[in-house]
Amino acid sequence: MRFGVVVFPGTWSDCDFHYVVSEVLHQPVRYVWHRERELGQLDCVILPGGFSYGDYLRAGAVAGRSPVVEALRDFVGRGGLVLGSCNGFQILCEAGLLPGVLTRNECLQYRCQSTHLVVENVDTPFTRGLRAGQVLTMPISHGEGKYYADAETLARLKQQNLIVFRYASADGKVTKASNPNGSLDNIAGIVNPEGTVLGMMPHPERASETAMGGTDGLLMFQSLLGSLVEDGTFLKR
Amino acid sequence: MTGAQPKVTLDLALDAGLTAEEYDRILSQLGREPTYAELGLFSALWSEHCAYKHSRVFLARLPQRGPHVLQGPGENAGVIDIGDGWAVVFKIESHNHPSFIEPFQGAATGVGGILRDIFTMGARPIAILDSLRFGELDNPKTLRLVNGVVSGISWYGNCFGCPTVGGEIAFAPEYAGNPLVNVMCVGLVRADQIVRARADGPGNPVFYVGNKTGRDGIHGATMASATFDEHAEERRPTVQVGDPFTEKLLLEACLEVMRTGAVVGIQDMGAAGLACCTSEMPARSGTGMDVELSRVPQRETGMTPYEILLSESQERMLLVAARGREEEVRRIFAKWELEAVEIGRVTEGGELTARLNGEVVARVPVDLLAEAPTYRKPTTEPSELAERRAFDPLTLPEPSDYGDALIDLLGSPTIASKEWAFRQYDQQVGINTVVLPGSDAAVLRVKGTRRALAVSTDGNGRQVFLDPRQGAAMAVCEAARNVCCSGAEPRGVTDCMNFGSPERPEILWQFSEAIEGISLACRALELPVVGGNVSFYNETSGQAILPTPIIGVVGVLDDASRRATQWFKGPGHRVALLGPASVSLGGSEYLWARHRRLAGRLASLDLEAERRVQRAVRAAVSAGLVTAAHDCSEGGVAVALAESCVTGCAVMGCEATLVTADRTDLALFGEGPSRVVIAVEAARVREFEGLMAESAISWRWIGTTGGERLVIRVGPKVVVDVDAGQLGRAWRSGFEAHMA
Amino acid sequence: MKVRVLVRLKPGIMDVQGAAVQRALVGLGFSEIADLRIGKVIDIELDEARPGEARTRVGEMCGQLLANPLLEEYSMEILTDLAPRGVAG
Repeated sequence: MRFGVVVFPGTWSDCDFHYVVSEVLHQPVRYVWHRERELGQLDCVILPGGFSYGDYLRAGAVAGRSPVVEALRDFVGRGGLVLGSCNGFQILCEAGLLPGVLTRNECLQYRCQSTHLVVENVDTPFTRGLRAGQVLTMPISHGEGKYYADAETLARLKQQNLIVFRYASADGKVTKASNPNGSLDNIAGIVNPEGTVLGMMPHPERASETAMGGTDGLLMFQSLLGSLVEDGTFLKR
Repeated sequence: MTGAQPKVTLDLALDAGLTAEEYDRILSQLGREPTYAELGLFSALWSEHCAYKHSRVFLARLPQRGPHVLQGPGENAGVIDIGDGWAVVFKIESHNHPSFIEPFQGAATGVGGILRDIFTMGARPIAILDSLRFGELDNPKTLRLVNGVVSGISWYGNCFGCPTVGGEIAFAPEYAGNPLVNVMCVGLVRADQIVRARADGPGNPVFYVGNKTGRDGIHGATMASATFDEHAEERRPTVQVGDPFTEKLLLEACLEVMRTGAVVGIQDMGAAGLACCTSEMPARSGTGMDVELSRVPQRETGMTPYEILLSESQERMLLVAARGREEEVRRIFAKWELEAVEIGRVTEGGELTARLNGEVVARVPVDLLAEAPTYRKPTTEPSELAERRAFDPLTLPEPSDYGDALIDLLGSPTIASKEWAFRQYDQQVGINTVVLPGSDAAVLRVKGTRRALAVSTDGNGRQVFLDPRQGAAMAVCEAARNVCCSGAEPRGVTDCMNFGSPERPEILWQFSEAIEGISLACRALELPVVGGNVSFYNETSGQAILPTPIIGVVGVLDDASRRATQWFKGPGHRVALLGPASVSLGGSEYLWARHRRLAGRLASLDLEAERRVQRAVRAAVSAGLVTAAHDCSEGGVAVALAESCVTGCAVMGCEATLVTADRTDLALFGEGPSRVVIAVEAARVREFEGLMAESAISWRWIGTTGGERLVIRVGPKVVVDVDAGQLGRAWRSGFEAHMA
Repeated sequence: MKVRVLVRLKPGIMDVQGAAVQRALVGLGFSEIADLRIGKVIDIELDEARPGEARTRVGEMCGQLLANPLLEEYSMEILTDLAPRGVAG
């Protein structure tokens, strides 16, 4: 499976994703510069974490209007897979590839901590190796991760089963105490109706090795690799 | 705007911070009166901040060499070889005064400055540690300072993308008017790809890269310039503002351009900005430099040569490229959307020539600028010190309940959990941090090898105040011991010396004694000091801070998987206390927190015993015999045991028996150097005992982990019997409750 | 009484936010931008009918909290309507 990791000015999880894909998953991967418009050879594009353009205007606002994100629309239209984590999720929302918006954490402070996520939707290429209700442990690291959408959008997300991850307690209960940033309905990650574009605030790349204290993030990548084989859409490389 | 410069007089030189003797020396060396811009160069480069005028003679006593040293002091940062072709670049620096004036931007730009020092050496920064000191938390002003400093560090480090993995925060009234913000940064570089701040090769082009220049942070002397201008108000030096986004672009652009081999040398425009770079870089190389100031990208209009040379605008570098490779440099900086403007050339002849639109505004030998006069001012032991030391803490009443006393101590802001601050810092970006903040040392793996780095900072102002020489030596020992507790071998030291005014003999005595102590400890532990920083004048209305040397130590683990953390991992593990029995309540956290006394004598320090304890701990951890190792320092063995009980994911109880001392509080809370608490699984006890026997140190089994309570006996008598959960709550809320 | 406060960075203080946004707009083709600076708008409703008094009080708010005197300056205007202005351009 061919991965691309997008680099915007100010991106910092690019190296981490690149490392996990190449050194842990042993899959081909290349960096994609934010001015590139050609994504044809890739199977999955990763929008990593960071502060693209400093996030000085709104998180993800400037990057959401960059050439590579314009090219992503086409890529998604052709069935390509997109994983946006942290700043990547913010960019996907700013670009309109996912609904809603990520706003300042309710505590008004940056939060770097371990969180538990309950898996709500296993009918996506990113989660099909997981069980519904399974609890994953992954860190977050952001100042603007409070998901917000209007009532209509939220109803649609629920009705179409587009909420993939919600912040939960260690035993999988969705509680106020387990919500680290005040996200609407504890939403940590959502997907588009086709299931091909996933946005999430937590960092799967930071939970992909035992040396880093956990491998729950790897389960998502393994789902991805497995799904491609099962679908026969792509040949595993 | 005009190139016309005010005439320089002795009065102006005095206003600019030079002494009459220094001004005479300039006159005789130049053989003429300096121009106004030249006066600016001297005032900046001969300032205490740049020239270490009062400290240099003392700093020369520090050991700077060692088998692993690739670069000692005198460069942007020091470099130590760690094997496998990798080297670690590290340095600590203060940003105390700016942080007091504007806590958020002051702390943020402090982080920015030290990051640049690391990546100008060609290294990618992988870790930040912050050593912070504030007044006590009952003052709303202090709360605002803490909030501002922590959020400034958080903003800059997080946005830039370097994890904050350690450091300490401590509180004492002496820091109320002068908080300390010391930032240490650690980076990794291939040992054969280190870049230095040199200007070799006459004819090579000199590039200005990064943000535009404004009137930010032009100090002292600039105020004098206002008298020559009707727009005095607009000319006021402005607060420096940090731009972590541009800094991140600078990092990537610099590392990329360095990989091409087109870079001869590079230096951060930090203190004294362009003036410092254009004189220090050629001075290191025996060359000169000729620069055209009108080409310097400017954010404001009407800037004078003086202002352009002395501006401290952030996120700027001076880069010397190899002739003929100018286009490569421009292309890479353009790719990262940064300015790279050729402003001049390296020259022969050892002079700095600065021009404005072709007209020479300054021409000075670089050696004269770079070699400021040094002083050895008188030192005197403070007269009241003998009396303070003579105080016997054992004349104070004992607590009626030692369990309560322990809970109070664990919840005192200095000892309590700093989770409130650390959760605002990204601790993991780069996926290297294998031991997160919260243990004695943070541990970062070195990808592609089996190795890891362990890093820690330490510094106890109260101990240094009571005994500067031994207190400073103990700071070195403690930082190194922290690193050893993780299983690593300490390899190098960086020091940040925070003191009051060196013009007061009592303060200079503290400084001189502290340097001697650091020097003694470093020699005994075979640790080179490869870089650091001196921050004087930390005083307000004659009230100086506690003398506070902050020591940063970097160590190497050959096998990253053979490491230890400070918290107990399970029940039934035997607990040992390594190290000498000598303890004292003098200068202890207990004496301050409970009795508000800063007095008494420190327990004696035996550097040979320290060295042996450190070696024994490392040996035990690397042999895989240890399930927890924790340095025993502030709060004594009772606090060390309590911390091992409560600082992990799950709380674990423990029963321990201490030998009787003169008094129970001394046994529990007395502090002494060279002590470590260690836990060993029952099955490995024999092996551990064998290893300790070989190590020739004093040590004893003191207890066993398990249950839900911390029970401590002194002799036969139970003196502490507390629910570990309650201890945990006190520890977790002690600092955070103030910040909520 | 309704008062609109505009807090801006003082001239000469580096506006990192403005510079980054300017760069981004130039990248999108708005190359005619010569300078761009970003400030904050704070709308305040007071129980105070006298404009002079309202100005004094809001001035105190700015001095004590709303603006950082080291970095920022402020101006204010008395409003009859607090809705966002000039949307249609």
